[in-house]
Amino acid sequence: MTNLTDLGVAAIRDGVKAGDFTSREVTEAFNANVAAATDLNAFIVETPEIALQAADLVDADRAAGKDIGIMGGVPIGMKDLFCTRGVQTTAGSHILEGFTPEYESTVSHNLWSAGAVMLGKLNLDQFAMGSSNETSYFGNVINPWKRNDGGNAALAPGGSSGGSSTAVAARLAPAATGTDTGGSIRQPAAFTGITGVKPTYGRCSRWGVVAFASSLDQAGPMARDTRDCAIMLEAMAGFDPKDSTSLDMAVPNWEAALSGDLKGKKVGIPREYRMDGMDAEIEATWEQGKQWLRDAGAEVVDISLPHTKYALPAYYIIAPAEASSNLARYDGLRYGLRELPEGAGLQDMYAATRAEGFGPEVKRRVMIGTYVLSAGFYDAYYTQAQKVRTLISRDFDNAFKECDVILAPTCPSAAFGLGDKSSDPLAMYLNDVFAVPASMAGLPAMSVPAGLNSQGLPLGLQIIGKAFDEQGVMNAGLAIEERANFVAKPERWWA
Amino acid sequence: MSVDKETVVKIASLARIAMSDDEAAAMVPELNNILGWVEQLGEVDVTGVEPMTAVIPNEQRLRDDVVDADPLTGGGVRDKVLANAPNAEHGFFAVPKVIE
Repeated sequence: MTNLTDLGVAAIRDGVKAGDFTSREVTEAFNANVAAATDLNAFIVETPEIALQAADLVDADRAAGKDIGIMGGVPIGMKDLFCTRGVQTTAGSHILEGFTPEYESTVSHNLWSAGAVMLGKLNLDQFAMGSSNETSYFGNVINPWKRNDGGNAALAPGGSSGGSSTAVAARLAPAATGTDTGGSIRQPAAFTGITGVKPTYGRCSRWGVVAFASSLDQAGPMARDTRDCAIMLEAMAGFDPKDSTSLDMAVPNWEAALSGDLKGKKVGIPREYRMDGMDAEIEATWEQGKQWLRDAGAEVVDISLPHTKYALPAYYIIAPAEASSNLARYDGLRYGLRELPEGAGLQDMYAATRAEGFGPEVKRRVMIGTYVLSAGFYDAYYTQAQKVRTLISRDFDNAFKECDVILAPTCPSAAFGLGDKSSDPLAMYLNDVFAVPASMAGLPAMSVPAGLNSQGLPLGLQIIGKAFDEQGVMNAGLAIEERANFVAKPERWWA
Repeated sequence: MSVDKETVVKIASLARIAMSDDEAAAMVPELNNILGWVEQLGEVDVTGVEPMTAVIPNEQRLRDDVVDADPLTGGGVRDKVLANAPNAEHGFFAVPKVIE
């Protein structure tokens, strides 16, 4: 019999529908993999019983001849940034430890309505602030991949969706939700040899997603291939009146329209992404990607995105500014942690609660955000950054007059070692240099596995598309996938 | 622009994060490192450029003025609202004594 945990979303859905196996059988197999992978620390909460109950409902629906949905019977991991009714939701923080939502996020609700089954809540960087999953209050997630140098160095799974990337790469789940504020879906996908899609800002409702930077946060799927991402994105997306920035647009049938034939398409290569001292293997992969897209029928053209180098510093004003405002809600009153020192008044309670409940990176960003928004500095920092953001967005508008999609590396390096960058915030931030510009412009983008480097670690290629053109992005991703033939998977060392 | 310890203490107070002297001192170089790096935005010519307020053009909607139109965000759910409170008493959030 097929090893059920080797199957992806489409294969599971089709198999359950055809009666080749039941959702319960699939779910039991993934539950077993989850239980046997505590070394990876991908999950904060495991929900095997909830998963089996949901699987049984799908199996019963199928037996009754009902439609089981486009994710019918597929178990998934849920990033612990999505509120799930009755199941602890922490955002990887101490301040929300024990928080049990009374409501369900729109995205998770949509997934359950489409027949998906929840295996558990996935670890992440605290409040999604990080690029290595090292800021979680619940400990580091370990990348299932190892370097082939005979050493045993533990590698970062990327972040902030590090539990999601590890779970999918290690076959603990066929797919997982992610969220992307400045690369938090694409970078971890690249670090673990999986596929991740950040849709256009507004495609997926932010309602019930713990907020980091509201003008940037966007949910998306992480799975083994493009088709699985297309299916899952279709289930996640849709207009939601409860989110004022939700797009009131029909959700396309992305899966049905997938095509790796790029005849007549133009692929732009942004010259500013070729940076001094660029890793030679990353550059070679990028060259290979161009050739694959030419082979798929596309024409490759040079383009310019002149403000690229300013995207990251502008992001590190705007995102912390929004975070400092969003995180003001953690006050020790309404939910989460309360620290009440002996004899403390209200103000002391706020300060003590936040000192105890936030980790160092969260404090750093709240402090930066508070500073750049404070009287006398607002214009010099925040307004300037918002103007630069306009220019970054304009760069993309101009580039898309000359091409349909943009091809770039996802990250400047393969997965780095845990601890390698954690003492230097700036070095960590720079890992998102290729991912942040698309976030700043709200554009759809994805990472697709392209191959292994000389150390045996996965490298990803990034496709960036026009607003609302997830189809164009995923079609180009599929064209790469069909040629990269990425079948490598991490050798199981964990227990 | 750069910050000194006094400024860090003031920001921490604005952000309502209790911080010891040592913690504040340690944060000075960390913040200056980041602020020094974002300083490069100053070299961008933004003459005549509007600051971005919405990344994807989208019309702001008004919902119908109907009570509890969406039960998920409507009222009448006091116990649910209080369910995660660290301290709820008599149907209210309880706070420490406030004396001004």
